[in-house]
Amino acid sequence: MSRLRMALALASAAALTACATAQADTAGPKSASSSELPKRAENPYASTYAPYGSQTTVIENANIYDGAGGKIMGGTLLIEGGKVAAIGTAVDAPADALRIDAGGKWVTPGIIDIHSHLGNYPSPSVDAHSDGNEVTGPVTSEVEAQHGVWPQDPGFSRALAAGVTTLHILPGSANLFGGRGVTLRNVPARTVQGMKFPGAPDSLKMACGENPKRVYGSQGRMPGSRMGNFALYRITWQKAVEYDRQWDAWDEKVENGTAKAKDIPKRDLQLDTLRGVLDGEILVQNHCYRADEMAGILDLAKEFGYKVSAFHHAVEAYKIADLLKENGTCAAMWADWWGFKMESYDGIRENIPFVHAAGACAITHSDDDIGIQRLNQESAKALADGNRAGLNILPETAWTWIGMNPAKALGIDDEVGSLEVGKRGDVVLWNGDPLSVYARPEKVWLDGALLYDAGSGMRPVSDFELGQPGEGDTK
Amino acid sequence: MKTIHFSGAAAIAAAIAVTAPAAAQDFTIVNARLIDGTGAAERSNTTITVRNGRVANVGSGGAAGGTVVDAQGAYVTPGLVAAGSVLGLVEVGGVASTNETRSSKSPYSAALDMADAINPASTAIGVARIEGVTRAVVSGSPSGDLFGGFGAAISLDATDPTPLMNAAAFQVIDMGENGARRAGGSRAAAFARLEDALSEAAAYARAPARYGDGRSEDSLLTRADAAALSRVIDGSAQAMINVDRASDIRRVLQLRSDYPRMKIVLAGVAEGWLVADEIAAANVPVVAVPMRNLPASFETLAATQSNIGRMVAAGVKVGVIDAGGPSVSPQLPQQAGQLVAQGRIPGATGLSHEQAIAAITSIPADIFGLTRSGRITPGARADIVIWDGDPLETASAPTAIWIDGNEQPMTSRQTKLAERYNPANADTGLPKHYTRPR
Repeated sequence: MSRLRMALALASAAALTACATAQADTAGPKSASSSELPKRAENPYASTYAPYGSQTTVIENANIYDGAGGKIMGGTLLIEGGKVAAIGTAVDAPADALRIDAGGKWVTPGIIDIHSHLGNYPSPSVDAHSDGNEVTGPVTSEVEAQHGVWPQDPGFSRALAAGVTTLHILPGSANLFGGRGVTLRNVPARTVQGMKFPGAPDSLKMACGENPKRVYGSQGRMPGSRMGNFALYRITWQKAVEYDRQWDAWDEKVENGTAKAKDIPKRDLQLDTLRGVLDGEILVQNHCYRADEMAGILDLAKEFGYKVSAFHHAVEAYKIADLLKENGTCAAMWADWWGFKMESYDGIRENIPFVHAAGACAITHSDDDIGIQRLNQESAKALADGNRAGLNILPETAWTWIGMNPAKALGIDDEVGSLEVGKRGDVVLWNGDPLSVYARPEKVWLDGALLYDAGSGMRPVSDFELGQPGEGDTK
Repeated sequence: MKTIHFSGAAAIAAAIAVTAPAAAQDFTIVNARLIDGTGAAERSNTTITVRNGRVANVGSGGAAGGTVVDAQGAYVTPGLVAAGSVLGLVEVGGVASTNETRSSKSPYSAALDMADAINPASTAIGVARIEGVTRAVVSGSPSGDLFGGFGAAISLDATDPTPLMNAAAFQVIDMGENGARRAGGSRAAAFARLEDALSEAAAYARAPARYGDGRSEDSLLTRADAAALSRVIDGSAQAMINVDRASDIRRVLQLRSDYPRMKIVLAGVAEGWLVADEIAAANVPVVAVPMRNLPASFETLAATQSNIGRMVAAGVKVGVIDAGGPSVSPQLPQQAGQLVAQGRIPGATGLSHEQAIAAITSIPADIFGLTRSGRITPGARADIVIWDGDPLETASAPTAIWIDGNEQPMTSRQTKLAERYNPANADTGLPKHYTRPR
């Protein structure tokens, strides 16, 4: 069904180009000609991001963590046309390329944070800016993080100065179904559309445990317990399965030319998102701390026929690393946060490396506007704790936790996450070993465009910070 | 004479397990790469002699006798002093019955004494201890009124069931936005509240027995709170005042013109660098969080990680606090490490390695009256940590820790969990519940 839906999307995109405007779904009965059937606007709020101007750049004499688990000492990286054009120890660069001698400093791919609330819980964190949780009902899969992102959040510029080039903005965890998440390029922009990662799949944020049951239980509503959490997941997924079936039947009629406009199913934005999950087009990012609950969610996903892309926070992932591996589900984790709530009480510093050692996909995430500036340090912390516990994980492997692994869990690993030829030229030149607490980016490129340069003081300043104390400071 | 060749925690633990007496042990650490916590330059090949729980001598050369620990060139620092901590007050942050930091339904505020609430058996203490924290300055948060009660200092010594050091050493006071909110909605209300409370406390101090005579029944300060605040006025307890905005800092510094004996510690101080000269001139110490560089509120618009470096450059005494973190355990070395890193960014200001370590050892110890703590100098308490790398790197960890000369266990509830689930360990064929690591 996924393939069929994809074909339809392409067909209607072409139709849209032809007539230039999207029609509503409310058109009356018409004949069976598919060109006259109601059209749905595909990809509304589409990305308008286009790479900024770049010049062919070659970084020589660099030590490189490539983000996919590789390391090159004394290597060269060529960025051409905004893409990684070559990487290795012997690279032929065009004569007119801008040459940067890294002098033995380190180069990595831009960091990816799979769990951020920049923009939807921006600075300053005044009530008027609180746009990350639609706390009016436990099932709000119809809301979208992109509609709550304030692009002037100064936090984006801090993350850029820390080497973060791609980030995923999620709704909060008050709701069982929190809404859609959006993947952003970390570029300054007037609009969220100007930041959206072109073609990146949406996510569905789901949440386990204490938050939903506390928020709604305290209002005397379901869910008021973990039992209620699961009951409402199941009730909702059952609706989604039935909705998906209706639309699949419709799509099939469209396909074989027997569709009649009057028979078109009623569109439900809440269930649309869930249908996208069932069709594999929207990736589930599931806030979940406890091992037993994650195991329950994996069974829930099997019951209704979808996949969990990643558990987020996953403080007890180390207890079920084998299940994560078996199900192909990543765990996005902090290095050492624990104890701030009951479901984080069993946190251990070896969580990330233990998950990795079990052969599962481990990710270092932030969920925090300060933490997003330290993802390299947090990974270094986890790496060392794992090795101290007897594991033997290499530094270049640890960089996959903020490189290829989050890229995979976000469905963008063919474009970012590593410095492989043909991928986006998202590159960080560090002033020291990037796993050291003392390291900071010297230069950060997105799609080959230099957007941060510590040496020249080139850094974005959001509209909010203009004219304020500390405007343009090093921060 | 017995020499322990230092090669990790296990060797030390094994050696100490054989010899450890209940009381503090005399020993000598040789071949230490010492950063003594005072800000003095690092010294290699150092010998530290410990007698009766105190540092007897710091020098070079071999040991005179007794147990010898060979640090084999590893970094050695004083134990870390966690200021702004909730260790012993919080087991699980979100579980109210185990979180002693707020008392919003109490009729008392300044009279609250965290010493009454500290639980030395909290698992968070063990977690922090193996990160190198040997002393903590703990305090609650104001919740009803401006006043959060008295904070206290504790030792994290696992061999000491009564870890309280300095009780009622300081009073926590919220000003700025939080103070404004607690006082009724404005900064003017916060200062009116503060000044009224202090004048009430002064009245109490003049004649405790007559306190309240002739007052209206709607008096805003209880007798117990007045008694507590009288200690702030006479300087026998410091006032740790939470404040961020530059103008608020200036206004707080003026308090001493009315109350000259008051001893102020500024806490938070996100915009301190804008008024660093004035803070230095007032000779008021500061405790601040390194990792703040966002305009999280309208009172921290100028926040930058150069803040501490710039204040120190202006002559302000600044200790690091790790307040507001998500976990109950501090990340002090990582916080201090940012200050060194900041100094390497063009246009920014940081601290030297030694200064950064002083900011998490001797400086907070001095600010909060933990004399002889946070330093490895003759006469100091023997709070000593040996590290497996640069202490400020997130990859580093302590390999041996002494508090008052007592060797500390290198385990916590977390290490037990980790050991139970370590994938490097063989499967026992039984549920994990039957595995109880040491």
